Amino acid sequence: MRILLPTHVQSYTGGTAELDLPDAPTLTALFTELDARYPGLRFRVIDEQGAMRPHFKAFVNGEIERDMQAALPAGAEVMLVAALSGG
Amino acid sequence: MPRSVDLWIATRKGLWKLAGDAGRQRWSLSGPHFLGHIVHHAVADPRRPGVVLAAARTGHLGPTVFRSADGGQTWQEAEAPPAFPSEPNGRVLDHVFWLTPGHSSEPDVWYAGSVPQGLFRSDDDGRTWQGVEGFNQHPRYRDWAGDPAEGPPGGAKLHSVLVDPRDAAHLYISMSSGGTFESRDRGASWQPLNHGVRADFLPEPPPGSYHEYGHDPHCVQLHPLAPDRLYQQNHCGIFRLDRPGDTWTDIGANLPTPDSVRHDIGFPVTLHPRDPDTLWVFPMDATDVWPRVSPQGRPSVYRSRDGGTSWQRLDSGLPAEQAWFTVKRQAMSADSHDPVGVYFGTTSGEVWGSTDEGERWTCLARYLPEIYGVEVS
Repeated sequence: MRILLPTHVQSYTGGTAELDLPDAPTLTALFTELDARYPGLRFRVIDEQGAMRPHFKAFVNGEIERDMQAALPAGAEVMLVAALSGG
Repeated sequence: MPRSVDLWIATRKGLWKLAGDAGRQRWSLSGPHFLGHIVHHAVADPRRPGVVLAAARTGHLGPTVFRSADGGQTWQEAEAPPAFPSEPNGRVLDHVFWLTPGHSSEPDVWYAGSVPQGLFRSDDDGRTWQGVEGFNQHPRYRDWAGDPAEGPPGGAKLHSVLVDPRDAAHLYISMSSGGTFESRDRGASWQPLNHGVRADFLPEPPPGSYHEYGHDPHCVQLHPLAPDRLYQQNHCGIFRLDRPGDTWTDIGANLPTPDSVRHDIGFPVTLHPRDPDTLWVFPMDATDVWPRVSPQGRPSVYRSRDGGTSWQRLDSGLPAEQAWFTVKRQAMSADSHDPVGVYFGTTSGEVWGSTDEGERWTCLARYLPEIYGVEVS
């Protein structure tokens, strides 16, 4: 699957904005994989109760996905967006 | 030969270092570190020169702690930053608000206070953090900490983590809101310590009783050479506690009230490193709707040299009118020189310093973002 990352987390990926990763079954699993590759990234985006932090949004194949446990389609494109967060 | 002084300036938009020479006459600003991060506190380790911890988050990114071992040249993020347990209806840590180095006999220990209120400890110099469950999971936590939704702006916070220099197991913490609490067993058990502190925002307690908790200490400090002496700048005044007593004494009532405006409300309280009777506060306007700016637009530090019995207004060099900043609770500190240097950072992004214990003030830096913390290295 293809992962698109905003600038906010690219300090963890060495500046990389796009990643190709093996398919993950859920967003939760995807962020577990991302954290294994880029330690620390997960907790900046996902809180300790497993929820996405308020100003991040995930889009799966162009549709917003709010359920961290929803099944991800094979070969999906997951775009993480840093939404509005104040001044 | 006096050593140079570094100030770590934590702001709403990043971290800066303001380096002064040994004479404290020439100052040089470097940074920013973590530009765009909200840095609530950055603290140098008195036990290990060069080690600095910084508590940071951004509007988007969750909370973390960064550590430098080389005076801020390079930084490493904590492998396991403070977080609450993952559990049903579990708490979510919004940010780390306060950092305290542990006891001198435990050079790898740090404590952190958070929003919402939580106490965390690191045993490996800030690399990994664990909750102090004796407090975070205390059966009375919900009573003591109150409803986080009803906390102050910026969130209900745990701050002023104090370690008794005679006993690593003897700790104090304070919560806004909640009050001050004490542990004598390294955080396993806790007792409220709020007798004598006013809580004007609560109903009057029944005659003969007092509010055991629910208070709003803004900043509590323990004197390093006289650890039985504590001072507290509170939402409702200034108080002193001399242990083993357990009743705080109101010393803010002794502050002058120019033009009938009370000056005993503010955020920080800073102690003289050698004289337990000398302290500094920075009053803010607490009239009618609580503007939380310098009273009457005329900022001033107040100093007591007798444990709060009397106070002197110290405003020489500060703006004489139309200056509407205030100073947050981590944003005033003192160095160890003789005479002592006192420094504060303002909500308008200025750093002010005095090399003569407050007699005369000079602006050391300006145009910074809103300042949350000023700590001496």
